[in-house]
Amino acid sequence: MSTDALFDVSGPRGKRRIRIATGVSLLAIAVLIGLAVRQFAANDMFAADEWQMFGQWPIINFLLTGVGETLLVTVVAAAIAFPLGALIALGRLSHNGILRWTGRLYVELFRAVPLLLLLYVFLFGLPRLGLTLPVFWQLVVPIVATNAAVLAEIFRAGVLALDRGQPEAAYSLGMTYWQAMRLVAIPQALRQLAPALVSQLIRLLKDSTLGYVVSYVELLHQSQVLGEYYHTVLPTYLVAAAIYVAINVSLSRVANWLEHRQSRRVRTVGPQ
Amino acid sequence: MNALAGHLGQLGHGLLLTLLMAVIGLVGSLALGVLLAVFRISPVPPLRALGTAYVTVFRNIPLLVLLVLFVFGLPDIGLLFPLFATVTAAMVLYWAAFVCEVVRAGVRAVPRGQIEAARALGLGFGLVLREVVLPQALRSMVQPLANIVIGLTLSTALAAAVGVNELTGQAQFFTIQYDIPIPVFIVCTAVYVVITLTTGVIAGRIERRLAILR
Repeated sequence: MSTDALFDVSGPRGKRRIRIATGVSLLAIAVLIGLAVRQFAANDMFAADEWQMFGQWPIINFLLTGVGETLLVTVVAAAIAFPLGALIALGRLSHNGILRWTGRLYVELFRAVPLLLLLYVFLFGLPRLGLTLPVFWQLVVPIVATNAAVLAEIFRAGVLALDRGQPEAAYSLGMTYWQAMRLVAIPQALRQLAPALVSQLIRLLKDSTLGYVVSYVELLHQSQVLGEYYHTVLPTYLVAAAIYVAINVSLSRVANWLEHRQSRRVRTVGPQ
Repeated sequence: MNALAGHLGQLGHGLLLTLLMAVIGLVGSLALGVLLAVFRISPVPPLRALGTAYVTVFRNIPLLVLLVLFVFGLPDIGLLFPLFATVTAAMVLYWAAFVCEVVRAGVRAVPRGQIEAARALGLGFGLVLREVVLPQALRSMVQPLANIVIGLTLSTALAAAVGVNELTGQAQFFTIQYDIPIPVFIVCTAVYVVITLTTGVIAGRIERRLAILR
């Protein structure tokens, strides 16, 4: 890690200072944890009946349904938003002025509107104009609309960052436009964009929690129903938060692994 | 439309809450985020672990989950504060994780040779940081920080989902109360677009002013 260069390998005095700092910070962390535990214990949060419900199959099943719906919303929204974002990026890069300006207008507008406001438009605004979508699409369409704008910018940056010499070299080898794109330009762009695309996917998954607002049966809404029914609001939301962290951490693990694998493959193939 | 004109003050009050939340959230998350970044690059193992754990947890929890956890969950363990303070605190905790990552990436973007050269000249940790690392790191952080400002401002809309009457909350209220959804949504959207564009323009200007011409 390059930040290690910030300080020398410590001498005896530096080592002692680090040991003291380690002790002090461990103590501080212990005090923080102790305070939290005391607050939980003082309100009977460690009582078995607050937590044992999460060991019962019907409850687990109820939460798993929520997880499944969260993943469904994520997959469907991503399956529409990713190609749409790529299309808008192509529009912004095209030589046609109208396409370029439409793309620009879309991106600037939908990157600047909070998702919840957009959701309210679909929830309260459009029904007044006689257009009522099913709940699933009331949630998915606003998510797609905002995410496509962000994804368009990611794709555009990827194309612009591409080394122009690469497609030119491909042309000089006699490749057609599509061959050059498919074999040379797109693989490189995707490799560079993979981390940004996965973190956008994580953001999209987080957006699915707005099902809480439209009462769609995804994980957060399920937790709300469960917590209010059994009067275990805090434990249920804590469990939900842990599930979200677990899903998102595994997603970013996949991204890191992809990045690592691809960079290794490039190194072994390269001319060095 | 008349109802809208007659209640502009109410909409303005919502805008004020939005801006207030954004400003307090930004100041708070900058302070906490920089502290966490210092933890993560410090040579003290427990602090490093604490910083890493914090960022892992708070970057991966959806903000809305954090908001409902704070607003509806914490009263269960006897922590009941005013709604606005609770919501703003949740935003600070959430965005601090992102600020921490921006600051850390900025410090890492400074070429290693710069730091080694400074150390070879005999500068200590503090001086290396103040004279060599931070001036360069801050420049590369302008654009990502502007993105955080925009993201934070837009995310204040989520406060409406837990009952804060900021701009988006007012839009919902107007829709239900006066049945004039479309004009209200247009006005609110315009306000958010103006905030976002202004932030972008200011960030661009700062970046150009700080840029070193080589």
